[in-house]
Amino acid sequence: MKITRGFTGRRGPRDPRLPPGQYDTGANWPVLSAEVTPNLATDTWTFTIDGLVEQPTTWSWDEMHALPESTYSGDIHCVTTWSKLGMEWSGVAVDTLLAIARPLPTAAFVLARSHTGYTTNLPLADVTGGKAWVAWEVDGEPLARDHGGPARLLVPHLYFWKSAKWVSGLQLLEHDELGFWERNGYHDRGDPWLEQRYQGD
Amino acid sequence: MASLWRDATIVAIHTETPRAKTLRLRLAEPSGHLAGQHYVVRLTAPDGYTAARSYSVASPPDDSNEFDLTVERLDDGEVSTFLHDDLQVGDELEVRGPIGGWFVWHGDEPAVLVGGGSGLVPLMAMLRYARAIGRTDLVRLVVSVRSVDDLLYADEIVGPETSVVYTRVAPPSSTRPAGRIKRDDLTPALLSDCTAYVCGAAGFANTASDLLVEIGVPVDRIRVERFGPTGK
Repeated sequence: MKITRGFTGRRGPRDPRLPPGQYDTGANWPVLSAEVTPNLATDTWTFTIDGLVEQPTTWSWDEMHALPESTYSGDIHCVTTWSKLGMEWSGVAVDTLLAIARPLPTAAFVLARSHTGYTTNLPLADVTGGKAWVAWEVDGEPLARDHGGPARLLVPHLYFWKSAKWVSGLQLLEHDELGFWERNGYHDRGDPWLEQRYQGD
Repeated sequence: MASLWRDATIVAIHTETPRAKTLRLRLAEPSGHLAGQHYVVRLTAPDGYTAARSYSVASPPDDSNEFDLTVERLDDGEVSTFLHDDLQVGDELEVRGPIGGWFVWHGDEPAVLVGGGSGLVPLMAMLRYARAIGRTDLVRLVVSVRSVDDLLYADEIVGPETSVVYTRVAPPSSTRPAGRIKRDDLTPALLSDCTAYVCGAAGFANTASDLLVEIGVPVDRIRVERFGPTGK
C-alpha cells in the first residue's frame, strides 16, 4: 500500500461494526441497481424454491406472511463502500422455507433470482443457519420499491449485491453457477470482512 | 478485468464546472477500458487508513496509457474533497480497474444515452468513442442538468446526436422551457432496436427509465447505473 501525499482522512473513532474499507452512510441509504425498478403487486407476487429439493414450492404473498416471522437486527455492507448500521429487518427466515422444500443431499449452492431477471449465487451454507431472510419490512416500514420491495433476499453477512432485490426464488444446485455481478467482475462470495469485492480478491 | 491495485500518476487536472474536475491519470501500461467502465481510487494515510471510491472513466477506449476520471465534489465526501482540494499534478494514486461488464457500450449497436448531472460521465466515454470510430449514427445523448453551470464537457455537447434538458434555468438560446425531463425529450432520441443506458442519481434514473418504458423501450433493453447519495 502506498501513502497518498497529503491524505489523512476524515475520521472520528472508527465504529467496530464497520468492515475494512467501509464508511458509515448514516441516515442515507444509497440505491444501486442495474435495471428498471419494477412495480410488483403483492396480490400476484410469488416466491419459489426449486432445483435440488424434495418438494419444489411456490408461496403467494399471503402464504409467505402466514409463516413464522423472523427478524434481523444489525448492519448491511455495500461493495461500493457504504455500510448502514443498526437496521431492523423482518420477514421470514430462509431456513423456514427450506424446511418445507427440503434440500436434497446433493444441493450445495443456490442461485437467487429476481422478478427482473437479476441473479446472484451463494453457497447453500450462506443462506442456512439463521443467516438469510426473505425480508419485506425495514425499520418498521414496508420495504420500498427502490430498495427491492415488496420483498428482497437479505444475506447481511455478505456484500449487499447478494441480497437480491425483488427476489422471486432460489434454485438449489449441485454446482456453483455465477450470477449477474459475479459474471461482471465481482467476487464469487463477497465477504465484507475479507474485502472480497472483485474477482481476484 | 485487472484485479490488482496499480500506481497511476496525475498528469493533468481540468476544472469542468464549479463542482467537477477531470483528472488525467497515467498508468505504466494501457488502461484497456471499455466505454462505461469505472475505476476504484484508493487513498492511503500515513497510518495505513484507507478510503476508496469508484469513478467512471470519461475518456473513450484507446491504446494509450492515460485515461480521464471526472469527479464531482461532494461537500461531505472524504475522497472527492481530497481529490478536488489537495491533489496536484505529479501526485500518485492507487487505482483498480477497469471494472464493470454490464454498463458498457461496445460501439457496435444503437445506444440511447440518458444522463442526469454527473451521470453524464460514463455516457461521455460512449459518445466520445462513437465520434472516434465515426459511428455517431449509433448514439443519441440526452443530458439533464439544472443549469448551464452544471453541464460537463459543454463544448462537446453539440451536434444533432446530443440534446440538453435544463431543469431549473434554461439559457436564452434554448427553445425548451426549464423543467424536468419528459417523454417528449426522449422520443426524438429513440433509435430503432436500441439499448438505453441511463445514469444518474436514483430519482433521476427511475424517472428516466420509467419514461423510456412508456415510450416503448423494452425493460430488458434498459441498463441503469444509479449513484448516491440518496434519501431513505
